[in-house]
Amino acid sequence: MMIAQLFKGTNRIIGLLFKQNGLKISLWLFGLIGVSLATVTAYTTIYTSEKEIFEFGLTMQNPAMVAMLGKAYQVETFNLGAVFASEMLLFSAIAVSVMNILLVTSSTRMDEEEGRLELIRALPVGRLSYLLAGIILMVIVNSVLFIFLSIGLGSFMHESFNLESVMLYSGVLASTGLFFAGVAAVAAQLTATTRGALGISFGGMITAYTVRAVGDVSNEGLSLNSPLGWTVRTKVFVDNQWWPIIFLVCGAATLLVSAFYLNHKRDINAGLLPDKKGKRYASHFLKSRFGLTWRLEKGTILSWAIGIFLMSAAFGSILGDLEAYFSDFELVQKVLPDGSTASMIEQFITLLIGIMSVFAAIPTVSILLKLKKEERMGRTENFYSRAVSRSEIMGSYYIVAFLTGILTQILIGIGLYVSASQVIEKTIGLGSVLASVLAYVPAIWVVIGLTTLLVGVFPKWAGFVWVYMFFAMLVIYLGSLLGFPEWLNRFSAFYHVPLLPNEEVNWLTLSLLSIVGTVLSVSGFLGYNKRDI
Amino acid sequence: MSLVEVKGLTKRFGKFTAVKNVNLSVNEGEIYGFIGPNGAGKSTTIRVLLGMLKPSEGQVTIFGKDAWKDAVAIHKRVAYVSGDANLWPNLTGGEVIDLFLTMRGKGNENRRDELIQRFKLDPSKKCRTYSKGNRQKIALIAAFASEADLYILDEPTAGLDPLMERIFQECILEVKQQGKTVLLSSHILSEVEKLCDRVAIIREGEIIETGTLSQMRHLTRTKLTVETRKAMVGLSELKGVHDAIHTNDGWAFQVDSEEMEKVIEYISQFGVLKLESAPPTLEDLFIRHYKEDSEEQSSVTGGV
Repeated sequence: MMIAQLFKGTNRIIGLLFKQNGLKISLWLFGLIGVSLATVTAYTTIYTSEKEIFEFGLTMQNPAMVAMLGKAYQVETFNLGAVFASEMLLFSAIAVSVMNILLVTSSTRMDEEEGRLELIRALPVGRLSYLLAGIILMVIVNSVLFIFLSIGLGSFMHESFNLESVMLYSGVLASTGLFFAGVAAVAAQLTATTRGALGISFGGMITAYTVRAVGDVSNEGLSLNSPLGWTVRTKVFVDNQWWPIIFLVCGAATLLVSAFYLNHKRDINAGLLPDKKGKRYASHFLKSRFGLTWRLEKGTILSWAIGIFLMSAAFGSILGDLEAYFSDFELVQKVLPDGSTASMIEQFITLLIGIMSVFAAIPTVSILLKLKKEERMGRTENFYSRAVSRSEIMGSYYIVAFLTGILTQILIGIGLYVSASQVIEKTIGLGSVLASVLAYVPAIWVVIGLTTLLVGVFPKWAGFVWVYMFFAMLVIYLGSLLGFPEWLNRFSAFYHVPLLPNEEVNWLTLSLLSIVGTVLSVSGFLGYNKRDI
Repeated sequence: MSLVEVKGLTKRFGKFTAVKNVNLSVNEGEIYGFIGPNGAGKSTTIRVLLGMLKPSEGQVTIFGKDAWKDAVAIHKRVAYVSGDANLWPNLTGGEVIDLFLTMRGKGNENRRDELIQRFKLDPSKKCRTYSKGNRQKIALIAAFASEADLYILDEPTAGLDPLMERIFQECILEVKQQGKTVLLSSHILSEVEKLCDRVAIIREGEIIETGTLSQMRHLTRTKLTVETRKAMVGLSELKGVHDAIHTNDGWAFQVDSEEMEKVIEYISQFGVLKLESAPPTLEDLFIRHYKEDSEEQSSVTGGV
């Protein structure tokens, strides 16, 4: 009876949450399933012979690949499904987790922080109904993903895509997602802010990824401490191990039950972590031009900076294993004839820097987008009703975003260099690593310019910049695989960046990118000065 | 000299016209009331004054400068409080006040501390923990601690308790004594009545009435309550008498100002024992305007 009271009205809230998030959910599911199916389609035409699959299997033994994508199969056991799972499973699982974290946080802590939960709780509705509704929503979303992805993959009628395998593949994605839904649900109870909850959840995910990366390369036991370590151990399409799903689902269940317990213990609008007493006066720094922007974005900048440094260092640390792999493995030398060990490592570093650079542009973009959020929340009024010009405010966000972009690039370089120089014999110069990462700054400038233009002129469409970032990531990571035409690749600013140190510095390209960035930025500033707030 | 001058202001959002041909002029040293129901266009007008919205048509000047182009220069001498103070959840109240003072250019530190005491605010708490009334206090303290020449207040007392509302009124009167100008938009008509020298009433984007309160009252009715020795008859048939109600002791009714003389003459023949008269409150004026308008509208609809 008591329990029933706590969960009263859950059904209606589920309906409400679906209305709020329906579009987001469909876009996510459509994107996730679409990319997976497109990749399989591409693979069925690329990996047609045993030999190609075997060669792919070989590259997957490369410690760099193991660190990035996980270690699953023996070379001899590879089939088309294993090729697909090697390349796609972990990153898809991360994408599904990101979706789960964002959706759970928005239907728990965000609704609470912005006062919507209070309105609901004043109705004849149980105390835990909202949380339960949010969790049921995620169970439904992950189940839909599981069902449709299974059907989609099964429809290829390929021998390795048999029913058990596709269900295991889809199942492990869905259960990883549910696990991080659990992480996000607990995080939402701990802090009193959306931002704090997202920080804990994403921090947890990045830690899980890093622990697994280090563990997969050097220490199997370490990987078993990471939920993402479980995710990559299904040997799906080959041996079909189901225990990781059981681990993930049990983990998710434990987390979700804890979330209920914590939610039941705390007051509404409060977090469980303590709130400190604040200052009575503003410091001189806060009153300075960038002080406020820095103060508001400090958390974002610092946590991303630390995360990016650690990830780069983790990748750098496996370069030693990579070197050993290239020089020891006779077969590799045969398969990759043009590869002297050194240049292979350099090529790998280049690819890594490319991917990390797109990834590291995320905080830059999100800082600049905050200006639009501030406007939506009615806080820019506080500036513009005082003697502050629009260019000053946009300028301070712009410069903080730009500096963050440069900072994260430098951290990628330093992170790689510091750990790589410990483990590989032929040291790479700090200067040349920094040159390769900084070569991406003009491309980041284009993205900053695009964001400025959107915020300044088309504020309703500002979210489009994320689509562009996703596209840029796709071009670098899967562009050649999915056979994107050249003209399409060219739309990604990152595609044009010269791949130092393997390529020459192309000043013309870099200047052109900078000019595009400047023109977009200036148009954005002009538009922002002219439009209604 | 008029400090704020609005001529023929129209503001459209797409096809929707929020404000139609508004004219306003606020003189130096006066408190100007701006009243109207929700959605009438008060806040839109104020946001145009603050240079946040660009006028579709018309001229808006403050201190003789263009409100859109010279917004930053104008704001050095303006203090603004909105009815919905949106603050940064992770800054303390004290930090926000300091920040606001710095952004305007100059602020008075002693006055800041004095106001914090008067409004009984704890400035060391994070904004996320403040109630609506407390957030409103922060905006008010920042406004009154700044040495502005023009105060633009858009429903500034929303969420304040009656004690704090009194302190707010004291602050307004202090500011007025220093010869400064106030534009006060409000729903609380008793507040406007108490403070304002002149008033403009806006409805569906158009100004329908402006003037001093006594001018406005002149156009309207006075409430009378009368007790007479002899039973009074025929009152309801008199020209200019409205809503006459027979009470236990006598009559209560309203009289059009221009008919007052004749009505008094008429009732005096019944032997007046007691006569009470009350000027119409702003609320009466306000409600009458809207009642008439809705009656007009319904008669128009009926005619069609």
